[in-house]
Amino acid sequence: MSLLTPNPGLIFWMLVVFLLVVFILAKFAWKPIIKGLKDRENEIQGALDLAERTRAEMIQLKSDNEKLIVEANAVRDRILRDAKDAADRTILESKNIAAVEAQKIIDSARETIRTEQQVAVSKIRKEVATLSLEIAEKVLHRELKDKESQQALIAELATSARLN
Amino acid sequence: MYTHFRLLISTALVAATCFFSVPAYADEPAQHEPNKVTEGINQAEHKIEHNLEESEAKFNIGEMIMHHIADSHEWEFTHGVTIPLPVILYSADRGIEVFSSSNFHNDHHEYNGYHLVHGDSEKIVPVDESRVVYDFSITKNVASMLLSAFILVFIFVSIGKSYQNNKGKAPKGFQSAMEVIILFIRDDVVKPNVGPKYEKYLPYLLTLFFFILVNNILGLLPGGANLTGNIAVTMTLAVLTFIVTHLKANGHYYKHLVKPDGVPVPLLLIMIPVEIVGVFMKPFSLMVRLFANMTAGHIILLSLFGLIFIFQSFMIAPVISLFALFLNFIEIMVAFIQAFIFTLLSSMYIGSAIEEHSHADHGH
Repeated sequence: MSLLTPNPGLIFWMLVVFLLVVFILAKFAWKPIIKGLKDRENEIQGALDLAERTRAEMIQLKSDNEKLIVEANAVRDRILRDAKDAADRTILESKNIAAVEAQKIIDSARETIRTEQQVAVSKIRKEVATLSLEIAEKVLHRELKDKESQQALIAELATSARLN
Repeated sequence: MYTHFRLLISTALVAATCFFSVPAYADEPAQHEPNKVTEGINQAEHKIEHNLEESEAKFNIGEMIMHHIADSHEWEFTHGVTIPLPVILYSADRGIEVFSSSNFHNDHHEYNGYHLVHGDSEKIVPVDESRVVYDFSITKNVASMLLSAFILVFIFVSIGKSYQNNKGKAPKGFQSAMEVIILFIRDDVVKPNVGPKYEKYLPYLLTLFFFILVNNILGLLPGGANLTGNIAVTMTLAVLTFIVTHLKANGHYYKHLVKPDGVPVPLLLIMIPVEIVGVFMKPFSLMVRLFANMTAGHIILLSLFGLIFIFQSFMIAPVISLFALFLNFIEIMVAFIQAFIFTLLSSMYIGSAIEEHSHADHGH
């Protein structure tokens, strides 16, 4: 039965020793241990959060980059198209201008030719008149004696003069 | 209580002897007949009985077990290897007296007016029976408790230091081994059972767990004291849990005792006593569970070893040693389980007392 009879002396020592152990351990062991564990957990959680945040940022950056590339491509395409258009326009314009110029040159050439022709014709006419006058003079000089030959000559001259 | 039990036992023994001796007397007339065969058998029986009695006198297993699981004023490792422990007595007339328990090593077990009584446990009684003496001796259990306290303080203060020195680094060596257990107690025992305010109770519950664990294991060592199998120790622990539970118990907890929710009024007549008994039953069960488990384990192990001495055979010894080895492993498991259960139930009791109930849920 002594087994079931608590010994007061042992209860006293048990209380003293156990409470001392509780207080010593609470102050010098559990406090730093629990604090260390919590700090480490917070650290790990912080690191995980940071990694998660970094990952999100990376995804954001990546999509940003993709957007940038798409935009750059679009800009490049536009620039190229613009340049092509501009070139085409320039070529067309140049062509038009050249055509107009050419027309102008042709026109002026025609004009010149016509003027020249007229000058030449009038000159020829003058020459022909002079020539016919001279011929007539000569004929008159020589053929006035011979009536028949004179008439033949006049006829001949007249036909040749009409040719002009 | 002790004397009552003695009385009971002796009455039972007397009754038993009467019961068994009646048929013996009844046999006597038959023995008068000159039957040599019966006489021979009877003589042989007498001889066996005599031998048994003799060997019982030499080795009493019950006495041996009680001697090993009970407290003692000296720490006996084996016959002859004994550490005397200080005896501290307080009496109103003599004040505090301190002397070594080795002083009782004389023929009468007597020293300075005190008598060391060897029953199934030791007791120091004054020779003058009118005096009242309080025994605060450093007994084997107290010495073992002090040893465990030093072990606990040494281990956990050094671990606490390594947490400060290794700040922000992975735990190393023994620190990481203990960390697993500390984390288990914190995350799986205390946190879910005590609730959000668990941190205030963590130091007490962690100390409780490791104190019981270390003492359970120390008790398993050869020559170790059966500290956690001592009712005084488990009672102190249970009472401390009781006090810690009720120190911060909220109104809801007390209200639940006198007016449980959803119980019809006539039933309250039964429920209120049941609830109030339950409050004291909880620490009582804690006390008995740890005490009974540890003591039972020790008794089983000691009984097995006792068998070796009863059989006194080299054939039996290895078999029993194997059994004892197996049981020792089980006892190591029990050491952990009992420490765990005591802490778990303590956390549950504390948790139930400080649990916050949202008033909207019950509509009151």
